[in-house]
Amino acid sequence: MPEVIKIKKGVDIKLQGSAEKIYASAAAPSTYALKPGDFPAIRLKLKVKEGDEVQAGDAVFYDKDRSDILFTSPVSGEVVEVVRGEKRKILEVRILADQETKYRDFGSSNPSSSSREDVKAKMLNAGCWPFVRQRPYNIVANPNRAPRDIYVSCFDSAPLAPDADFVVHGQEEEFKLGIQALQQLTDGKVHLGVDGSNNPSEAFTGIANTVVTRYNGPHPAGNVGVQIHATSPINKGETVWTVNFQDVIIIGRLFKSGKYDAQRSIALCGSQVQKPRYYKVILGANLKTLLGEGLEPTDNRIISGNVLTGSHVNSEGYLGFYDSQVTVIPEGGEDRFFGWISPNLDQFSISRALYNWLMPNKALKLNANMNGEERAFVVTGEYEKVFPFDIYPVQLLKSIMVKDIEAMENLGIYEVAEEDFALCEVVCTSKIPVQETVREGLNIMLNELGD
Amino acid sequence: MKLFKNILESVKPNFEKGGKLEKLYPVYDGFATFLFVPGHTSHSGAHVRDGIDLKRTMVTVILAMIPALLFGMWNAGNLHYNALGESVAFMDKFLWGAMKIVPMVVVSYGVGLGVEFVFCIIKKHQIQEGYLVSGMLIPLIMPIDIPLWMVAISVIFAVVIGKEVFGGTGMNILNPALTARAFAFFAYPSYMSGDKVWINTSTAEGQSVVDGFSGATVLGDLATSGSTQYSTMDMFLGFIPGSIGETSTVAILIGAAVLLFTGIGSWRIMLSGLLGAIAMGLIFNAVAPYAISPEQQSFMAVPFWQQLIMGGFAFGLVFMATDPVSAAQTTRGKWIYGFLVGFFAIMIRVFNPAYPEGIMLAILFMNVMAPLIDHYVVEANINKRKKRLKVKVA
Repeated sequence: MPEVIKIKKGVDIKLQGSAEKIYASAAAPSTYALKPGDFPAIRLKLKVKEGDEVQAGDAVFYDKDRSDILFTSPVSGEVVEVVRGEKRKILEVRILADQETKYRDFGSSNPSSSSREDVKAKMLNAGCWPFVRQRPYNIVANPNRAPRDIYVSCFDSAPLAPDADFVVHGQEEEFKLGIQALQQLTDGKVHLGVDGSNNPSEAFTGIANTVVTRYNGPHPAGNVGVQIHATSPINKGETVWTVNFQDVIIIGRLFKSGKYDAQRSIALCGSQVQKPRYYKVILGANLKTLLGEGLEPTDNRIISGNVLTGSHVNSEGYLGFYDSQVTVIPEGGEDRFFGWISPNLDQFSISRALYNWLMPNKALKLNANMNGEERAFVVTGEYEKVFPFDIYPVQLLKSIMVKDIEAMENLGIYEVAEEDFALCEVVCTSKIPVQETVREGLNIMLNELGD
Repeated sequence: MKLFKNILESVKPNFEKGGKLEKLYPVYDGFATFLFVPGHTSHSGAHVRDGIDLKRTMVTVILAMIPALLFGMWNAGNLHYNALGESVAFMDKFLWGAMKIVPMVVVSYGVGLGVEFVFCIIKKHQIQEGYLVSGMLIPLIMPIDIPLWMVAISVIFAVVIGKEVFGGTGMNILNPALTARAFAFFAYPSYMSGDKVWINTSTAEGQSVVDGFSGATVLGDLATSGSTQYSTMDMFLGFIPGSIGETSTVAILIGAAVLLFTGIGSWRIMLSGLLGAIAMGLIFNAVAPYAISPEQQSFMAVPFWQQLIMGGFAFGLVFMATDPVSAAQTTRGKWIYGFLVGFFAIMIRVFNPAYPEGIMLAILFMNVMAPLIDHYVVEANINKRKKRLKVKVA
């Protein structure tokens, strides 16, 4: 039996609209997009221009600083639009998909018998490399570094997240191939974190030469950062790579078939989805057809990802590069008369100053309201309740706010990513923009020290 | 509700950029957000947020102080009429106290919030809720007979020097309410200590103070004579002279229960403070035979648990030592901070008869020390991280 680690701090936010374990099918989206915003701290250069034809696996843009990292098209078709924002910053590269996807052939191979360089080259060329992210900094991994270990979290504990066992079912072989590919990339171990609360799928626990650890506890137990910290925290100078388990499957497919087949099982979920279910979708897909399957006719907030870390998209937005769920909640926006003393039974809180504790198991229909104004840090000890790291979160945030690089390093910034602080941001009485601050801190460190 | 909304909407243009009262926008904003928690939605980071905000946090603390306030009103009247040797109805006592205390509360809030608004206008900030709690605390830690203008000056000092010079709510080093009390204590000692100020003995035509009346507090008695006329039960229930809100341990315990249940007051600070006071009390009990004077000997010999229910110890520990801004902020730091608050409170009140109210100075002293405690706690965490690296390298 693998080791079980109990994560005590954290909280599960129970939301309405969890996806029923059925695959539904929606009409195929007509356009797909790569969004540079999904890749923090990257300076990119376009490889295509509007009107170019691409196949699935053809490079669309690459990293200016690390030119071997390619970001490739998930489908075949025509580059129809490069959407730019302020200062001509590229926001989206949209591709009009062919009826039938033409894949560029990268050749199938057995990762176990390939060399490290071959595995790396194949993943880089096919566009599978950006799935590999590194700590510190939580950015696309630098392929020239040797990671101490590679961590894959094989469950997602975020609100309404897709069920890992359900998703991996039928793709066990691809998952295994993907892990074998990752094993070629490190001299250390590939660590798999599995859900300790039930019996996880054989697909996750039955792979040779991996370290399987069970994690038991509330969110963020499924965050890979928490798992790294609980088993072997990152020290200064060390690099650990992380990959989402669904992306391991995509990597596995590349080795099995030679194709960059970026299909994912996503959960369409949230209180405003009439029939929350699973869908098989290629990353970067336009969400219009999916959302056309039926939303409540309210003012909705559509989130690519989960409610804690996902990005706000509009009803014609695109699925993010790392996202495996689409959550739809009411936007909210109503002022609340004497809202600071009214019972507010519909709100979530970890504090008993509200009355949510009376019904701890009730699934809530939360909206995107801030529920209060931004203030200076006043209340202490609340972040610590949901932050399972041996790190002082408020002190770290303050060191970021004053841009004190030495303090950031001392206080443990190498070990964390934005998502690890998401719950701190949720429970904050003073409504401090925590995740944004952490990202800023990581960017400062990256600029100072390089990857 | 709609009415309020309409009024707010109709006056809003005056306060917005270009309006006649543009400079007073923080005042408008303060009132508008008091009536309606704004419905703005998250624009970065997490999409759902906890229902708690600073207003609710502060209001919960105020609610927790209500029992102490109401008891203080009754007790002020009760002591007044007892001193005159008159027996009057419960409501009359309560109303007499209310007539004295409500104006203090009004002055405290009026002056304090006024100063805050002025600073907000100058600095173009939103008004923050910090003073809501301080404004209620200040009257509760004053003697009944203090003139209102002294309350006002103390409040101004506390808000300006105690808080705004450091940057406002969340930035202060000392607890603002205790800053106000310490200011009054040192600026107007004859109104803040001794045995004349705790019970109002003003007499009208035909009234007189009863023979043998003493207005000294329990601590005052113990410091000067080593004994007190009040029973343990009187002290626990609060039928004793003292600052308005501090006398009834029962009322304070109700407040403590609210703070602990909601999680807004730190249980670590309260528990460790209690332990610190017990520790000092036990030490005094043990060494009482070696005291330098007979009064001090009998003060030291007071059973340690009685120390907990006399004076301002309970009130200070529950409502002021737990102020998250001026207390230690780390978990381990809170244990140390709370313990030392309790420890020093009892030590000061016994050793220094000039300052029978040790809790005030103990908390202020520990407020100053809290950043140091936190520094060492955080430093220990940093060293642990560095050690981990060294072990790896070696």
